[in-house]
Amino acid sequence: MMRHLISAADLTRDDAVLILDTAEEMARVADRPIKKLPALRGRTVCNLFFEDSTRTRISFEAAEKRLSADVINFAAKGSSVSKGESLKDTAQTLEAMGVDAVVIRHSASGAPYRLATSGWIDAPVINAGDGTHQHPTQALLDAFTMRRRLTGPDAGLGQGLDGKRITLVGDVLHSRVARSNVDLLHTLGAEVTLVAPPTLIPVGVETWPCEVSYDLDSTLPKSDAVMMLRVQRERMNAAFFPTEREYSRRYGLDGDRMARMPGHAIVMHPGPMVRGMEITAEVADSDRCTVIEQVANGVSIRMAVLYLLLGGNEPAVTHTRPTASEEK
Amino acid sequence: MDTHDSGVARPVLEGPDIARVLTRIAHEIVERAKGAEDVVLLGIPTRGVFLAQRLAAKLEEIVDAVGGSGRKIPAGGPGRKIPVGSLDITMYRDDLRMHPPRALARTDIPSEGIDGRLVVLVDDVLFSGRTIRAALDALNDIGRPRAVQLAVLVDRGHRELPIRADYVGKNLPTSLRETVKVQLAEEDGRDAVLLGAKPTAPAGER
Repeated sequence: MMRHLISAADLTRDDAVLILDTAEEMARVADRPIKKLPALRGRTVCNLFFEDSTRTRISFEAAEKRLSADVINFAAKGSSVSKGESLKDTAQTLEAMGVDAVVIRHSASGAPYRLATSGWIDAPVINAGDGTHQHPTQALLDAFTMRRRLTGPDAGLGQGLDGKRITLVGDVLHSRVARSNVDLLHTLGAEVTLVAPPTLIPVGVETWPCEVSYDLDSTLPKSDAVMMLRVQRERMNAAFFPTEREYSRRYGLDGDRMARMPGHAIVMHPGPMVRGMEITAEVADSDRCTVIEQVANGVSIRMAVLYLLLGGNEPAVTHTRPTASEEK
Repeated sequence: MDTHDSGVARPVLEGPDIARVLTRIAHEIVERAKGAEDVVLLGIPTRGVFLAQRLAAKLEEIVDAVGGSGRKIPAGGPGRKIPVGSLDITMYRDDLRMHPPRALARTDIPSEGIDGRLVVLVDDVLFSGRTIRAALDALNDIGRPRAVQLAVLVDRGHRELPIRADYVGKNLPTSLRETVKVQLAEEDGRDAVLLGAKPTAPAGER
């Protein structure tokens, strides 16, 4: 059984649809006068953030509080980590305090997997983004947003995203959001196309379950949803494109390009947006852009994940990842 | 004994019985609530929701008939819709931690809300009473009704909490070894209440 959520690739289609359906019910709690459910009463969840984050950290905290969990927030800045404490010692400290679940964001790819499989801590681990590896709850909330917008909140119940054409544009190389989305959207039956300059496409992309294109304009008319990715300058250690102007002219989404998309198609962005770079203000502020919706949906998705991993005596989500001992 | 063929459930209520019973409950609600003016029906998923919808339809018929016969016309007049919704109690269950997490069902509160209204909870079978306790907790997070009443199709006894129903379709004395299964056309394709033996009991023991 799956105790952790490390990678979107670990989710089966049934698991993913169950999470989306559960999130649909969680979303309705936001309309109530008392936005609280008792599902995680008496459980302690620690948000372990070794890397900066605004929306993911706040979103997890809101989700935990709406489910009545006790929340401990841990930021690497101002903690013993800045004195040189290792992940292992931090994890064992949390274990000794009796934490029931850990939400971890780390700049090193694989840190959540290490935490989950090392035996340092017994609690379920939820990956809130690790390096350039995975960000599964982001992929889930993106899929949730697509299903709500393209199929409808009620009509979509029990369904995947079969036949939907999703285009991811931009810095795929450094994007954990892109990796998670490709895995999850493929599992849900969508056709994914990556569009980026060749320098920002990772080695080995041919093994991914998606198409790759270098031409945005020819892909846009065949897209039901276009997701713009931020150019992650903080992770760039080389010159991947000549100038920002050239990048945004070829791969940025402006009003003219948006007009070439089908009428029902939506524009998505995982945030934070860099206006003028990958997306113009005109597009970002249009009603086809779902950025704000994605943030609201993020709380519902994280409530669903927390409930399904922690709400019962064992997780409701099945396991597909081999354990560490089986890998040897 | 006619239950010797354990495994085969014996129907105790058939379709027409269920319809008759619901009509009677609807009349009782109108009588006790003096016109059902502020009644909100909330069904507990899955089958309670269908029962609540059927009760609402019957209440509307009764209220219309009363208005049409020239007597006091209830507020809202004839043709008034009875608000009906659903209340999922999954996350309020006291055994939540004893099972894998269950899929959630729909909670759908009518737009009128429940504050100051007479909420009638509707469920198919009343057994331990724990579901109803969970429903009362769930209601607490949604609003403050004027009063809460309970309507059930079958009361099979064996209460574990001080809870009783205000409207009972049929009192069905059962043993703990028996199961009571309600089937409704909306979900199961037919209307029936079935009394059977627990599947864990060895078949043909007697």
